[in-house]
Amino acid sequence: MAISTSPIAARRKLKSRFVAGLCFAAAALALAVLFSILWTLVSRGLPALSLRLFTTETLPTGENGGLANAIVGSLIQVGIGMAIATPIGVLAGTYLAEYAQKSRLGAVTRFVSDILLSAPSILVGLFVYELMVATTKTYSAIAGAVALAVIAIPIIIRTTEDMLSLVPVPLREAAAALGAPKWKVTTLIAWRAAGAGMVTGLLLALARVAGETAPLLFTSLGNLNWSTSLAEPIASLPLTIYQFASSPYEDLVELAWAGALLITVGVLAINIVAQLVVGRKR
Amino acid sequence: MNGSINTPAAGKTPAAAPVRKSAAAEAFFRATVILSGVIVLLLLGAIIIMLALGSAPTFEAFGIGFFASFVWNSVDEIYGAGIMIWGTLVTSLLALLLAVPLATGCAYFLTELLPATLRKPIGTVISLLAAVPSIIYGMWGFFVLAPLLSATWLWLADRFEAQPPVYEFLISASGTSIFTAGLVLAVMILPLITAMFVEILGATPVVLKESVYGLGATRWEVVREVAIPYGRRAMVGAIMLGLGRALGETMAVTFVIGNATRWSPSILSQGSTIASTIANEFAEAGFGTLKLSALLALGLTLFIISFGVLAGARALVAPRKY
Amino acid sequence: MGGMGINGARLQPAHAAIVAILAGTLVLAGCSTEKSDAPAANSDFTGAGATFPAPIYAKWGSAYKKVAAGALNYQAIGSGAGIAQIKARTVDFGATDDPMKPEALQADGLVQFPAVIGGLVVIVNVPGLQNGQLKLTAPVVADLFEGRITRWNDAAIAALNPGMELRPIPVTPVYRSDSSGTTAVFTKYLAKAAPNWTLGAGKTVSWPVGTGGKGNDGVAGNVKNGLGTIGYVEYNYASANRLNMAKLRNASGQFVLPSAASFTAAASQVVWAAAPGAVADMLDLGGVETWPIVSATYILMPLRPSRIEQTRQAIAFFRWSYENGDAAARELGYLPLPEAAELRAIGEMMRVAK
Repeated sequence: MAISTSPIAARRKLKSRFVAGLCFAAAALALAVLFSILWTLVSRGLPALSLRLFTTETLPTGENGGLANAIVGSLIQVGIGMAIATPIGVLAGTYLAEYAQKSRLGAVTRFVSDILLSAPSILVGLFVYELMVATTKTYSAIAGAVALAVIAIPIIIRTTEDMLSLVPVPLREAAAALGAPKWKVTTLIAWRAAGAGMVTGLLLALARVAGETAPLLFTSLGNLNWSTSLAEPIASLPLTIYQFASSPYEDLVELAWAGALLITVGVLAINIVAQLVVGRKR
Repeated sequence: MNGSINTPAAGKTPAAAPVRKSAAAEAFFRATVILSGVIVLLLLGAIIIMLALGSAPTFEAFGIGFFASFVWNSVDEIYGAGIMIWGTLVTSLLALLLAVPLATGCAYFLTELLPATLRKPIGTVISLLAAVPSIIYGMWGFFVLAPLLSATWLWLADRFEAQPPVYEFLISASGTSIFTAGLVLAVMILPLITAMFVEILGATPVVLKESVYGLGATRWEVVREVAIPYGRRAMVGAIMLGLGRALGETMAVTFVIGNATRWSPSILSQGSTIASTIANEFAEAGFGTLKLSALLALGLTLFIISFGVLAGARALVAPRKY
Repeated sequence: MGGMGINGARLQPAHAAIVAILAGTLVLAGCSTEKSDAPAANSDFTGAGATFPAPIYAKWGSAYKKVAAGALNYQAIGSGAGIAQIKARTVDFGATDDPMKPEALQADGLVQFPAVIGGLVVIVNVPGLQNGQLKLTAPVVADLFEGRITRWNDAAIAALNPGMELRPIPVTPVYRSDSSGTTAVFTKYLAKAAPNWTLGAGKTVSWPVGTGGKGNDGVAGNVKNGLGTIGYVEYNYASANRLNMAKLRNASGQFVLPSAASFTAAASQVVWAAAPGAVADMLDLGGVETWPIVSATYILMPLRPSRIEQTRQAIAFFRWSYENGDAAARELGYLPLPEAAELRAIGEMMRVAK
């Protein structure tokens, strides 16, 4: 390669190095900013972490409250939200992947699901307010759960459809050739083959809705007390963080950071599990 | 596949009973999955109907000028979406302007320059950061970034005391502003876009790259001439996804934008976005009031904008990708 | 084609597990729905509205919980939102610092009564200033909030504070982004005491400059975080947050510090028995140590509640607070209602159909 010694080549090399330098700087800047966020989160959240968070409910300033009711409230709403979203999302995703390849209804459904996927979460909150709070005349845990479900459904549909469409056709054809009806091919062959990916999709949806605040503002309202009733307003971790973070009381701000750390660790843990599920399958 | 279905009359033979049961099961399963799809359709239909019906009084009162009016006055009940549309678009575009070059640099660095052993762990960390709840970014913006910016503007203003126009601009700058919100959004969508870019650049066929290297191309030339053109459509899709996230973000923005419902041409002063205005004012808008209708009309506006972005992304990325 | 091979296949364990989990979550969801209906009679009651009294409602609520069957869930979402939500009947009571007019109460089928009294203070974040050092007058506060005074070293401020070293830091007013009774009280005060105030009075006004914060806490947080800011909050938000409060000049020309004593000096001038609708004006009063911005805060309840048990609990809660909550109120910097006001309030509560 004689070119490599010519002045032109030297300039090209220099340019490549320059771009590499810029990219290094970009990566360093990005990592520095993201590190600053994690550092703030850990340095302000860690000192406030204690067993009290999990055993005591939210109390007024100066009374050594915790976050137990918010944690339980989040678990209830996310749990019910996922319980509603999982069957609808998995079945609708199955419909798109297995039954609707060429149908017009399928194309419309797919498009609509994509619209829902990109719909701002606060609009979902507005919708569920009008649908449930305004009609039942009360803020409620179930309204919060439905709002979270509406956000989770399109995520589950998308991952289910994508994962099912990765299942090799010969596998299905083999089963079909044995005379299995389509629903059995789908549930026994396709669901099983795509199982790990589908579970990952569910976990990602779970992680996503666990950190959502905006859709809960107008649906579950928040609650200072213990409440596990679905028909009453209920606390949640993100809402409590939002309220406490802007509070003037230092003990509540500390709790907000502890809660923020908690929810971030939780969401990241779910993500890591999701990646492990996929990784083991591969 | 289900040729045996057309023998239902033979139900009494022992072999045919499971077949008929099976046909019923097939019909049931099909109906169930279709029903689930229809539920999704109804869901979106209901959201659109709710927004459209709810915003009707606003359009009756202000007409199409609602979108262009830069007045949001709860006192005299005069509502226009201009200030919020401006805030939404400027914060989101600012976020893209900052995040896309950074994400490109990061992705190039991660896929090409980093030793192979470090690529996977750092890539994993970045995709994990994309999952951090947005409220965390908002808190960081409020407690760390906003005070820092406010001190910076003051420091800069002191340096420019001799130039009155610059000084005036800087001295009126605020820690919480449209600019701050844009920065926070940029930081928020950066891991998201980077993670997608890494995947896209990493998907360039090795054969393609190797052959260009073989011609004596430098690393940058390979990325610019091969990897980026190869993944261009997918990259545009990734950018649009980031834009979609930024447009509808509520929590990260409400903390830092200053929540001012008045018009200011300076991006260093306070403003509001559609989502932040809804979050701030929805609870106090009573049933049947014009304000509630105006907020729903804002919601409709946001829906139209994010739908437009989605449609744009789909047009640009014909085969579906993440 | 027999088809028997697969038709007869049993459910595989893994598959069965997925189905079981799906079914289990659904059943669980169903169960908890049923369960929740029964203890809905546990009479936890929900109130929403004014952020001004939120600290004392939370304190009272946490003490009340220990002695009563029901617990209060008070959500501080702003007075405007409190009024909107009680009109929509989505909460058991609403709370507002800006009392509703009698005609409006009648139209919406609501009763209104005072709960507690508090002082509204002006807070500043100007480096070098100590708490209670800065002296301001209503016209200067008006100029600051309307953007006519843009630097902290402005001649008008310097004239009130001779000898104080003021730097040319830009002024950022912090106001309420939500519809707020605190804003109503503050603007009513300015409308009464500052001839140069042009924005009128109400729960929302069109601020020409500044940053909006949600709730009293949002304003306090923004002032704490922002250099050169000035805001208005209920006293407890300022004192608990160790924010710098300004002295204000009252109607007698005295510069007064906000304190329980100066709030009492204002509240004691009201003849509650004669106050129409138990609504008293405690703004810009005279006296040697009278704080000029003092206000009661009000509760709204439906005349004909749909959730009777919860409403009963809410009424019991406020009556309990009148009896037992005075010390807690003083501790947080509020003033308990005088007996005459409590009697008026209880009279109003009695009108609620139980």
